[in-house]
Amino acid sequence: MSHGCDAGATSGLSRRDFLCALAGCAAAAAGSCADPTHTPFFRDHLKELTPEDKARLLRELEQEFSARYGKPVEVALDSPRPGVEFAYALDISRCVGCRRCVHACVAENNQSRDPEIQWIRVLEMDKEKGVDFAHADPYYEADTVPRPGHFYVPVACQHCRNAPCVKTCPVGATWQEPDGIVVIDYDWCIGCRCCMAACPYGARHFNWGEPEIPAEQLNPKTHYLGNRPRPKGVVEKCTFCIQRVRAGLYPACVEVCPVGARKFGDLRDPDGEIRYILEHKRVFVLKSELATLPRFYYFFGV
Amino acid sequence: MPASRRSWIARTSTLALGAGAAGWSALLVLAAACRDDLGLAMVVQAEASATSAEQTSNFQVPPPPFSAGVFPCTDCHDPEIPVNTNRRELKTAHQEIQLRHDEEHRWCLDCHDAANRDMLHLAGGALVPFEESYRLCGQCHGDKYRDWRAGVHGRRTGHWDGEKSYLLCVHCHNSHAPAFQPIEPMPAPTPPRRTP
Repeated sequence: MSHGCDAGATSGLSRRDFLCALAGCAAAAAGSCADPTHTPFFRDHLKELTPEDKARLLRELEQEFSARYGKPVEVALDSPRPGVEFAYALDISRCVGCRRCVHACVAENNQSRDPEIQWIRVLEMDKEKGVDFAHADPYYEADTVPRPGHFYVPVACQHCRNAPCVKTCPVGATWQEPDGIVVIDYDWCIGCRCCMAACPYGARHFNWGEPEIPAEQLNPKTHYLGNRPRPKGVVEKCTFCIQRVRAGLYPACVEVCPVGARKFGDLRDPDGEIRYILEHKRVFVLKSELATLPRFYYFFGV
Repeated sequence: MPASRRSWIARTSTLALGAGAAGWSALLVLAAACRDDLGLAMVVQAEASATSAEQTSNFQVPPPPFSAGVFPCTDCHDPEIPVNTNRRELKTAHQEIQLRHDEEHRWCLDCHDAANRDMLHLAGGALVPFEESYRLCGQCHGDKYRDWRAGVHGRRTGHWDGEKSYLLCVHCHNSHAPAFQPIEPMPAPTPPRRTP
């Protein structure tokens, strides 16, 4: 997963050097290039930053966001916990398609309200047709759900072990962390949207416009690789609420689901919910024929 | 639970003695004891482990969602007044309760205890407080009870690696009409605009 950036680092010419050379290294620019975190554009890849550089980068972002939204914003960069491998399970026999998860996710993860970005899409499917993406409708309107004859399949990032998006990213801006979360460095993303074309689940979303989040609705507890405010022109997606789960909490969608269809936990915990589901329930993954090996399981709880 | 074990044996013994044949009764008591050792002991053990798991701080259940003013039941149900145990349509109180929970076969006192009005009881007679009503539900819905204890049926909140809180069955299912009711969905996403 990290091959992309490692290759970039060993090719002899880093992005910073290249950009500096391109700019002719004018005196002012040379000053900023010497500082790897001076601006997000001229710094090194996140994995190559020293702890001090990272701390400075986070501080700068916190200052920028706090000024922009007029309230203290925290940008953390919690590391993955050793020995933990996250997985998710969703009970499609219980999901009623109420979209509480979609809106809890928007609020928790600071998704743009206008233009509208939603990481979770709830697909309404026909019971007669089964799981059939050709006849799935994410825009269903109803007075009450579930509608008779339908079932619901919420889809977000599947955090594939063999992730096509990670393989296709030309700059190494997205990778899989040791705890299984596929993350994006929004400051490293060049907005080419190759990952969106590669993702078979439609899980990645592009900021076509400047994201708009009302200051009072901004969640000030953010993670650098997760829910910090994004710039225009980058791709974003579900991170299993990285800011929550690395602190030991359940993701926001799990906590809000009124039917308890959403389950989250550590795949390596033999007594955890995920292992219980894998051992006792009928489980499937979406588009298994593509061998993406998702960490997101769907199951039948009844 | 030991109380219910004793009562089960006692009842079996009484039944056997009632049959009148001493030999048969001895056999039945013996059978009861064996059954108790093998079957019930396992149940008790399972119950005990569940209880110990619940007692560790990893297992929190919020208080039951009583309708306003109904608890404690003894506020109205005076223990001195004899209980009418006949199955009937309620006319003087609780008329709002529409039983849609195997109503052909069940009635109030199958779950609510007639002698101790502030408690529920299991099929075996053991009293269960409202805070542990899941034990009562689990008698018939054993598969759901198992899943719930594993954290798979119903909603869990809190920490995936530590303290969690559970909901009681009755927080989501009305015990008198437990089928999950349809709910209003939140707004749909805006469909993409097409330029003409």
